[in-house]
Amino acid sequence: MTRDQAATLIGERFGIAQVEGDSATIVVTVPVEQWTPFALFAKDTLGCRFFNFSTAVDWKEQGLEVVVRVDNVDARFGLLMKTRLGPGVSACPSLVPVYRGANWMERECYDMFGIRFEGHPDLRRILLGDDWEGHPLLKSYAVDTPHPPYR
Amino acid sequence: MSTVAPTKTVEFEYSGGERLTMNMGPQHPSAHGVFRAILTLEGEDVVGVDAVIGYLHRCHEKLSETLTYAQYPSIASKTDYVAAMTSEFAYVLAAEKIAKIEVPKRAQYLRVICAELQRVASHLLWLGTWCLDMGGALGGGATIFLYCIRERELVLDLFESLVGARLLYGFYQVGGTRYDIPPGWAETCRETVDLIDRRIDEYERMLEENPFFLARAKGVGLISRELAEDVGISGPLLRGSGVACDLRRAEPYSSYEDFDFRVPVETAGDCFARYRVRMVEFRESLKIVRQALDRLPEGPISSRPGLKSVAQVRVPKGEYYARVEGARGEVGCYLIADGSAKPYRMKWRGASFSNLAVLPHIIPGHKVADVVAIMGSVDPVFGEVDR
Amino acid sequence: MAVKIEPQIVPVWRDFKDLQEYEQLRQRRPEGDKHSALFESVTEGIHSFPGGFAVTTVADGFFNWARKSSVWPVTFGLACCAIEMMATFASRFDVERLGMVPWASPRHSDLMIVSGTVTIKMAPMLTRIYDQMPDPKWVVSMGSCANSGGPFRHGYHVVKGVDRVVPVDVYVPGCPPPPESLLNGLLLLQDQIAHFRTTGRRAEPNPKVD
Repeated sequence: MTRDQAATLIGERFGIAQVEGDSATIVVTVPVEQWTPFALFAKDTLGCRFFNFSTAVDWKEQGLEVVVRVDNVDARFGLLMKTRLGPGVSACPSLVPVYRGANWMERECYDMFGIRFEGHPDLRRILLGDDWEGHPLLKSYAVDTPHPPYR
Repeated sequence: MSTVAPTKTVEFEYSGGERLTMNMGPQHPSAHGVFRAILTLEGEDVVGVDAVIGYLHRCHEKLSETLTYAQYPSIASKTDYVAAMTSEFAYVLAAEKIAKIEVPKRAQYLRVICAELQRVASHLLWLGTWCLDMGGALGGGATIFLYCIRERELVLDLFESLVGARLLYGFYQVGGTRYDIPPGWAETCRETVDLIDRRIDEYERMLEENPFFLARAKGVGLISRELAEDVGISGPLLRGSGVACDLRRAEPYSSYEDFDFRVPVETAGDCFARYRVRMVEFRESLKIVRQALDRLPEGPISSRPGLKSVAQVRVPKGEYYARVEGARGEVGCYLIADGSAKPYRMKWRGASFSNLAVLPHIIPGHKVADVVAIMGSVDPVFGEVDR
Repeated sequence: MAVKIEPQIVPVWRDFKDLQEYEQLRQRRPEGDKHSALFESVTEGIHSFPGGFAVTTVADGFFNWARKSSVWPVTFGLACCAIEMMATFASRFDVERLGMVPWASPRHSDLMIVSGTVTIKMAPMLTRIYDQMPDPKWVVSMGSCANSGGPFRHGYHVVKGVDRVVPVDVYVPGCPPPPESLLNGLLLLQDQIAHFRTTGRRAEPNPKVD
């Protein structure tokens, strides 16, 4: 399966029109309801078995966006899938049942953005301590927030 | 001669029901940094592991939103500090792709030379510390550590005469490289490369004829191909599990398509397979350095004028995920630019983070002593894990 | 095809209560390097004896010579500077010629080289390692990050200098300091140890440079 075949297949199956990206990447925006079905489809049908990374972007008043990249190693194309959570929403279905690599990545997202991944087996902070307050990569969090007694 | 009555034999029965929680780290001589593994043991067998990371979380992603495109590459080198050149590479590549900046051919070749020399230095440090862990800090393992550091110093001397720094460089900048090679550097580089090539053969003989090394490395820490892809490990670990994925070959960047090299793949998936992959990578990297030195074109080293202010580099609106093949795998930088002098958001995809995430899947079932061997073969750098 | 998740055995590690312990340890932070009461009383006795000051001075000199000639640093690497510290310990810049043996256990060590950024999560651990070391003990702060936070000073998770957590004797500047610079710092430390007195007063640290 090549990149173009995969792009047309995504259009047929999910009716997602905006399939963009460069020669080796497909960028799609998926609604939140179809997040897990789309990931299953990407893994089984498109052959994107390599879980690359998962992260989030804080678009201020437009809410959070979760970004996941998976790769098809054999056919050499990548799939960057995004979903908008909407303003004020911080819940997203977890991809851990599909990709095991999402475990730590989603814990990091929870740590940094406060996104609660529903269905995650072990959702707790990973980089910061358990008693940390706030989610640092949100745009509302100042970079030099003091934290007594150390800084 | 009096006969001694045989002592009564007492048999201790161990039902396996007891569990011991053992804390390993964050200060542990073999932890390669600040890593804490909380092991659950049944006797000598590990049945569960909880990896605690974040002891070196230095807010890279948040700081990158406050630093400009000209400032950040030298901070980016502090993510993967053992292979600093490749970390800078990923960042400047992402900025160049969004801004559609062409890089002169000479700069591309210089980038390749430095990235490959850095891979050699990083693998030398890995080999030294891994053998130190497996041989014990006071035992015979220290020999190969001292040898490997000796060769690594030669590579660092090359970098020092090129950049002026030994460990963290700031050599790459958006549009090209910061410095050109000084006169006589190419000859020194060739001599060093030839020397290291000979020495690696020596190490290989030392290690592969050592039955203790083989016993500790073979069949330990198996990663299946399915698990490897599912967790997203990359680099020598992925190639040791039978996936022929090298970004230098799959998505050639910075003129890697010009060079002739081999991508080593092993199918066993154990510590020994990863060791073999890295040993072959040594030679392939040295081969690439030789080819690049032979064909180094003349011309400018940067397509942009010299920097006069930190906000001079501006990148238009856009986003790109740039990735390079670092010493431990795929170093990626997902950059979202909003048209100002600073990025809107940067996600650093450290290779070690994903590589370390495989530990909870492979460690249970091994003995405690194997934990050290497995962790050494994963070769994590905690600046990149915690960022 | 969804992968079935095996339940992982997660140990209960919240019982360690690092921060609470840090607060307790902070109360007991040593003001100086006190010897045992027996040693103090014997020294006092000899010193008050006529001509005894000569004995104590000579003994002081002898102890300090012995201390400075066998400083054992604990192999405690934090970040980038740890790689340079390893290079200093290894073949080219051999610190064993200064009598320093890198030792893996803090309980047998005299010197802690804080090599790298101290984060808020790491600070309680660092204090615990410092407390595990026997007195008298010394701390070398290596690199900009340990001196003042360095390039990461403004980050939310970075302690602005290790001297907020443990007392520091020698500051080594650089990002990272080359091995020569660290060796210079270690020689400075040996000078300081040579002037260390049994009363527990030690020389002032060198001026701090980022």
